[in-house]
Formats: sequence, structure tokens, C-alpha cells
Amino acid sequence: MEQYSLFQPQNILSVSQLTGYLRQLIEGDDLMQDLWVEGEISNFSRPSSGHLYFTLKDSQSAIRCVMWRNSAARLTFEPREGLAVEAHGGMGVYETSGQVQLYVDTLRPAGEGLLFQEFLRLKAKLEAEGLFDPSTKQAIPTLPKVIGIVTSLTGAALQDMLNTLRRRYPVVEVVIAPASMQGVAAPGEIVAALKLLNRQVKPDVILVGRGGGSIEDLWAFNDQAVARAVAASEAPVISGVGHETDFTLTDFAADLRAPTPTAAAEVATPDRVDLLGALTELANRHTSYLNSRLSSLRWSLGQAHNTLARLSPSYAVNTYRQRLDEISLRLERAARVDLERKTLHLAHLEQSLRSLNPHAVLNRGYAIVTRSSDGALVKRFDHVNPQDDIRIQVSQGTMDARILQTHQENKHDR
Amino acid sequence: MTDNPSEDIQAMDFETAFNALQENVSKLEGEDLPLEQALALFERGQALAKRCAALLEEAELKVRTLTVDSEEETEA
Repeated sequence: MEQYSLFQPQNILSVSQLTGYLRQLIEGDDLMQDLWVEGEISNFSRPSSGHLYFTLKDSQSAIRCVMWRNSAARLTFEPREGLAVEAHGGMGVYETSGQVQLYVDTLRPAGEGLLFQEFLRLKAKLEAEGLFDPSTKQAIPTLPKVIGIVTSLTGAALQDMLNTLRRRYPVVEVVIAPASMQGVAAPGEIVAALKLLNRQVKPDVILVGRGGGSIEDLWAFNDQAVARAVAASEAPVISGVGHETDFTLTDFAADLRAPTPTAAAEVATPDRVDLLGALTELANRHTSYLNSRLSSLRWSLGQAHNTLARLSPSYAVNTYRQRLDEISLRLERAARVDLERKTLHLAHLEQSLRSLNPHAVLNRGYAIVTRSSDGALVKRFDHVNPQDDIRIQVSQGTMDARILQTHQENKHDR
Repeated sequence: MTDNPSEDIQAMDFETAFNALQENVSKLEGEDLPLEQALALFERGQALAKRCAALLEEAELKVRTLTVDSEEETEA
């Protein structure tokens, strides 16, 4: 009975106490709170709450798992029944049912961890070989004539790329080298397609692309033979492997990496609308050059015309004609001034003359006496003798007279 | 290229015509050319721009697919 002492009434635990203790044990254990576990999904359910409920099992055991909606939203694949996965999280107790379960925060397909290790190893190896060296990257031509495409004929990626090329740059020629994009045959087919394009077509650029998928679907692009063929391609290679976040070895080896096949077709080509704009601009530059050239020529022509006119004989004649006009004008002016001055002088003289006019003197009572015999002017008393006839001119007439006697004037009489 | 009277702009592909157009305008703007030569370049530029625009407007994407057979032939 001793061994059952735990079950004595004073030591009986309630169910809640038991689950609470269990929970304390589990949640206090560091290993239990941060663990990876691998198994197969079963009893998978996803109610409208968005949380995921499933059981992880192997051949012998099973454990309940819960993945809350916010963690489930980060999943990069679709969990389903029977899928082998690796789950990370912490153990807990759902006290309502006493269920011990794993609260999953990260879920990935099984083997991905190993694949990732392998990926890192290969990446380091190829990097060391210089396959990803930026200095070996080829420039992507801006105006390709021929674009090679390596993709699957059945994938949506091909139509995406063709539609993009048709919309942006329809003058390009497209050559498709078909290859499987997933599965065991994919790497070999991709390598062969790349070699075929380089050998037969020599395109200006090669697009390697496939649509989105899980990392497993893209695994061919992590094949080192594919990465090597991409790096060795004579034509520059643009990778457009549809995975926004994960880079494949092909992406590293490519001359340019685009996130999707459509984006790869876009970076490989100029846009038609941009080109039409550039064409208009180039045509306008031609026209504006010609206009400015012509207007400068017109100006030079005008200058030459002026120079010519200045140098012509008729210009000289005109110049002399003008100078002649100027001189004759000055002459005329000078002559007129001279004439005016002389006219004035004449008037002045006339005035003086008028005052000296003997007739004016006669008006004042003087007389002019002339000898009748010869008409000589009698200015002195001895110009005449007694009995000489004289004519006396006075104002308004003359008188004839005879000298009776002459007298010499005594000086002191005056 | 301007010296070549037999140059056939209508036979040019887009890249050739577009590059020629860019060269043409640089030549026109860069050098002090005799008028006659400048006029010839201008006319050539107009024709090149027209050719490029026509190609962009009218081109149909040419697509062909290599067959695995052709690869095997060349591989053999």
C-alpha cells in the first residue's frame, strides 16, 4: 500500500492542478520551447479562423500541432495530408483537453534544410571559382536584334515573356530553345538549350525563365551545371526565375537577375513608347538644327548683301552725289548770306547818298551855280567874272543871271 | 555612311536605323558642315526616323522554336 501513498486523500490533485503542473514543467524547459521536429502531416484542418490544426506523425508516434494564423500567413508552400515536413516551435499544454501539443511558428517541406545546406555549399564553391564575379558580367544590349528564350513550351512564363516583348519591342526576333523547368531532366535540358542557342543562333541576349513555384520547383536553377552554363554563355543571360525573395545559383551566375519572367523580358528591351518619344526628339533636333542653320545663313546673306552694296561703284557715285549736294547747299547758303550782307550795305549807302543829294541841299535853301558858257560848277568867287552869264539852280527850278561884280571875302569878316 | 548613295534605309533593321539616326544628329550638330551636306544629312535623318517609327508601329514579333532534333543533329 505504501506505493499508493501519493493517492491518499490529502494528496489528491485536481485535473486543473495536474495540467497546470504539466504545463509548468513543459514551459519551463528550454529544449521544449525551441525545437525542430520532422514528421508527416495528417488530420490537417484549416477552419475559417485561419489557424492550422494537424497531427505530425512517424511510423510509431503522433503529436498534435497548432499553427496560428499569423504564422501560417508566412508559409511559402501549401501544407497537405501526407506531406513530410519539418516544424519549429514550442511545446505547450491545451488545458481544456489536457492535450500536449506543439505550437508551430515555422513549417517547411522536409529536406529543405538539407537542400539549403547543399545550396550554401555549392554557392560558396562557385563563388570561389569566380562564377559570380561582378567583373565578368556582360552588359545587356539596349537594342537587341535577336532574343533567345530558354523555358518550357507549356509554362505560363513563355506567354508572359512573349506578351511583354510584343508590347515593348516587337521589332525583335525571338528564338525559343525549349527545356523542362523542373524535374530530374530539367538541368540537362536547360544546359543543352543554352548551348544550342549560343552555337546556332548567337542571340544578343538570352532569357531563362519560369513562373513562380516552391523552392523545390526551382531546384533545377540551383544545379551547378546550369549555373556554369549560364556563366559560360557567350550571350548575356538574364534570369527570370519566378521567386521574389529567394535567389538561385542561376540568378547569381546570370549577367542580370530579374524577379519574374515578365521582368526579365522588360529589362532585355527598350519600351516602344520611350523609343517613339526618343524618335520624335531626334527628328525635332534635325529640324531645329536645319532651322537655325538656315536662319544663320539668311543673316550672313543679309550681311554679304550689305557689304556688297557698300563696295559697288554705284554706292561711290551715290556717295559723291550726296557730297556734291551737301557742298552746293553750303555754297548756296554762303552766297545767300553774302548777298544779304551786300544788300544791307547797299541800303546803307543809299541812305548816305540820299543825305548827300544836292537836291536835298537845295531844299534847305542852298543853290548850285554853273557857268552858262561851259556848265562848270562855280565853287569860288573867281570862277566867274563880271558880265559872265550864270545859271542858278534852286529848289524846283533854275534861274539865268549875269554877274555884276565879284568880291573876295575877307577872312577876318567871318 | 552619308557618302553612300546606294544606302537603303528601307532595308535597315530597327537597331541599325536607330543607331544611324543618333549618329546622324550628332554629326549634324557637331560639325560645321557645308549646307549641301547638312541638307543631305537632314533628309537622311528624316528618312531614318520614319523608318524606325514604321518598324515600331508595324512590326509583328517574329518567334521561332528550335527543335530538339536540330540539337541532336549538331551534337552528333
